[in-house]
Amino acid sequence: MAEARTEQQMTAEQTVYEYIVRTKELEKVFVMGDTALKALDGVQLDIRRGEYVSIMGPSGSGKSTLFNMIGGLDKPTKGTVFIDEVDMAQLDAAELAWLRCRKIGYIFQTFNLIPVMTALENVTLPMIFAGVSGEEALEKGMRLLTMVGLRERYHHKPTELSGGQQQRVAIARSLANDPAIILADEPTGNLDLRTGKEIITLLKEMNINRKVTIITATHDLKMIDVSDRVVWIRDGKIERVENRKDIQVQVGTMEGEEEAQASK
Amino acid sequence: MAQGEPRLLEELKEKAGIRRQIVLPWAKALSMCKSNVFVRLGRSTITALGIFLGIAFLSSVLVSSSIQSAVAKEMKDVAASGGAAGGGGEEARLVWLVVMSLLVATIGIVNSMLMAVTERYKEIGTMKCLGALDSLIVRLFLLEAGLLGTLGAILGLIAGGGVMLLVQTLRHGWPMVLKAAPVWGGLPLPAALALTIPLGGILSVLAAVYPAWRAAKMPPAAALRSEF
Repeated sequence: MAEARTEQQMTAEQTVYEYIVRTKELEKVFVMGDTALKALDGVQLDIRRGEYVSIMGPSGSGKSTLFNMIGGLDKPTKGTVFIDEVDMAQLDAAELAWLRCRKIGYIFQTFNLIPVMTALENVTLPMIFAGVSGEEALEKGMRLLTMVGLRERYHHKPTELSGGQQQRVAIARSLANDPAIILADEPTGNLDLRTGKEIITLLKEMNINRKVTIITATHDLKMIDVSDRVVWIRDGKIERVENRKDIQVQVGTMEGEEEAQASK
Repeated sequence: MAQGEPRLLEELKEKAGIRRQIVLPWAKALSMCKSNVFVRLGRSTITALGIFLGIAFLSSVLVSSSIQSAVAKEMKDVAASGGAAGGGGEEARLVWLVVMSLLVATIGIVNSMLMAVTERYKEIGTMKCLGALDSLIVRLFLLEAGLLGTLGAILGLIAGGGVMLLVQTLRHGWPMVLKAAPVWGGLPLPAALALTIPLGGILSVLAAVYPAWRAAKMPPAAALRSEF
């Protein structure tokens, strides 16, 4: 999409703010001993408000690295990430924490629930960080757990839940502070086919009902169905960007305008 | 979220003192630490054991030296003999031993807290993703160490001081125990014994400073990558 952005769009104020995430010339180099590995190499990506974007690519393609950059979990070697037109590099530690707490919800391949806490405690934790009173947090936590279909299981610890259920708790937790963006890193990677499908459906529902922007890094092809756009990454570069309608109708045989421009 | 939402930049600028906006009430932090201690009982026990042994040794030395000197004084009153002359050297050696034992206990806690931090890298990374500040992570670990240290010290006091008190009572009788002499620096014995509890807590917290700092400083991406 990045290259597809025209000058007109850039200058039109309305359109600029349409993008919730923008990356510019993003570069990340990992240095191990005396070998340097370029995980990201000049990635330009613009993501619109309310979009469902899947970042696809084989393992080692740099998609998780891109995910970490967008989520402010790691710093780029070069280039910038803008969230709502704010340069993330300009934020200090407290502001970054604030951003992670209220603006971004994270979902991981390995669920990453806090093992010593119950499902409800896990969901309420971000709200407690955000200063929501205990009572209110519990009530909202229960609402979110009900929404993901785990109302009856609120007092269960993560070890007492199945993988799919843990991921549901993680989704509820990611929504705790009504974030603008949900970042999901391989959300279906540790789940079987059917459970994976359920999680994808749930994410899509959140996307439609709550108008939250969803960005997933994945190599699960089931994700293509629900994505508004699919960004293909290879060797740290954006290979092509596809709109859903192009993929569905042509199944990738005919190159759309977007694609043609993106692959320039 | 919606189009009409205030811009993030304005939001960030408006909110003076964002640091105060990320909070963890003490009660909640304490309950988190408590559940951590109990869920990981094995490792918690090892952490607490260091302080337990150190304080047990310290308190037993306190009790015995206090009562011994009371006994010595009594003897001196009866027959003015110079038996206490060797006592000075003995005491210095005991102080040395106690200091060493507390040092070893503290180093043991540093080690076991480092282990605890490594064990929980992923958890720490997750917490940071959820918006936890570095200071909050440090606080959680220090609180946990303080909790374990205090608990270990109380048990150590009961085991070391209590048993020694019993032994001395059987040996010299209760009246002699009541005459227990003030210990190092002229402190009455009960006060000195009571002070061993905060001492254990403080030593434990000090030992956890470095591990906690290390845990908090880790960038979340690195913390999440680790597999434990």
